[in-house]
Amino acid sequence: MSSPRNYQTQAIILKQIKLGEFDKLLAIYTPEFGKLQALAKGACRPGSKLGGNVEPLTHSLLFLARGRKLDIITQSQTIDGFLGLKSDLWRLSYGFYILELIDLFTMENSVNRPLFDLLLETLHRLNEADNDQIILRYFEFNLLCHLGYRPQLKRCVICNSYLKPQANFFSCRQGGVLCPLCAQKETAAHPLSVDALKVLRLWESCDYTMAVRVKLKPELSWELRQVLQDYIKYHLQQEVKSMRWLEELKKLSLVDSNSSRH
Amino acid sequence: MSSLAEPVAKLVRELSKLPGIGPKSAQRLTYYLLRSPDEEAKTLAEAILALKEKISLCSICFNITDCDPCPICQDKKRDYSIICVVEKPSDIMPLERTGKYNGVYHVLHGTINPAEGRGPEELKIKELLSRLQNGAVKEVILATNPNIEGETTALYLQRLIVPLGIRVSRLARGLPFGAELEYADDMTLSQALEGRQVFQ
Repeated sequence: MSSPRNYQTQAIILKQIKLGEFDKLLAIYTPEFGKLQALAKGACRPGSKLGGNVEPLTHSLLFLARGRKLDIITQSQTIDGFLGLKSDLWRLSYGFYILELIDLFTMENSVNRPLFDLLLETLHRLNEADNDQIILRYFEFNLLCHLGYRPQLKRCVICNSYLKPQANFFSCRQGGVLCPLCAQKETAAHPLSVDALKVLRLWESCDYTMAVRVKLKPELSWELRQVLQDYIKYHLQQEVKSMRWLEELKKLSLVDSNSSRH
Repeated sequence: MSSLAEPVAKLVRELSKLPGIGPKSAQRLTYYLLRSPDEEAKTLAEAILALKEKISLCSICFNITDCDPCPICQDKKRDYSIICVVEKPSDIMPLERTGKYNGVYHVLHGTINPAEGRGPEELKIKELLSRLQNGAVKEVILATNPNIEGETTALYLQRLIVPLGIRVSRLARGLPFGAELEYADDMTLSQALEGRQVFQ
């Protein structure tokens, strides 16, 4: 009985499943414990004190009591409800996508503080800014880095020679960039433009403030999305369900005419 | 279970398939029915049969009904220019109880949930849009639940319906009766503030 019976933690609510009439089973992401499952009893009752504090896409301060199987949320307070994000269909959908990626890529009780910070900052940025393509791509790239899938961007993964400023190739299987010569031997490699490689190299080492200064032309934005999402799918080995919803939204051309969302 | 007579065992098995009923409760119900008058058991059996045989979805609003169109869609006194969109059939009852609404309904049978891969094609959204085609509808009230999936569904419907030139409104959100301000979450409180009304 070394651990106390009650503890307090910040958490970002990832997912909720309704249990019975009034309870909710939550997947939450915390800085100290990684992903956890927790029970929010009576959260669906009108006037519940947990209520809106434990909806997905909320950054909350939670008090939990250790249960035999599941920890139970006893008190909660919203730190940031990301209200801007929740009132815009596109950004809300991006929010779902981000939460799903975190949920799919992480295991319970595996601590990853940088990943929590990345998630929190991404949601803050998405809540405030309208530069969402860069935010999403930066998130995808750094998510992969924090999980241990950082691609090799300086040297060719096969022959180890420094990459020249020319059109190179990206291989999900090799986990990095290939020079044109080696790429001939690798069937599943996709072309990677000089600009795309430059952007990825910058994002590898800079923070959000720097990252959003990059000007992405539509083609470059499309290319980065393609490369990163292929890489994500390769490692995840399963479908990201909210990606299908984003496709759906795009198909219905519900895109705001004044923004360049892809 | 093998020591039980087969009809008893069968009923126990069937009852324990119901939500919230375990094997013990199922046994208790079975023995209760065994002791009760024949008439009571018969009425129950008939009620269950009628439920499956007579109930269908209204072809207009997709509420559950025993006649098509449902009594609400048939009611001549109702205002057909207002449609209230709800998630599930059981949401209609509380709205009706208020006695404040005289329009008609549309049941979506679910919400959009990107995380579970549930998209608009699985809901009665196409049917709602075709109801709006004839120009008779002046207002659509989005009465989806004030949670993240209900909100996504409402935002999506808003984008689809507003271009048709129809007024789209959303149920007011704020503090429920009997709640305490101290424990209200940010979203509820900020919406309660925005939606405040002159007190006179």
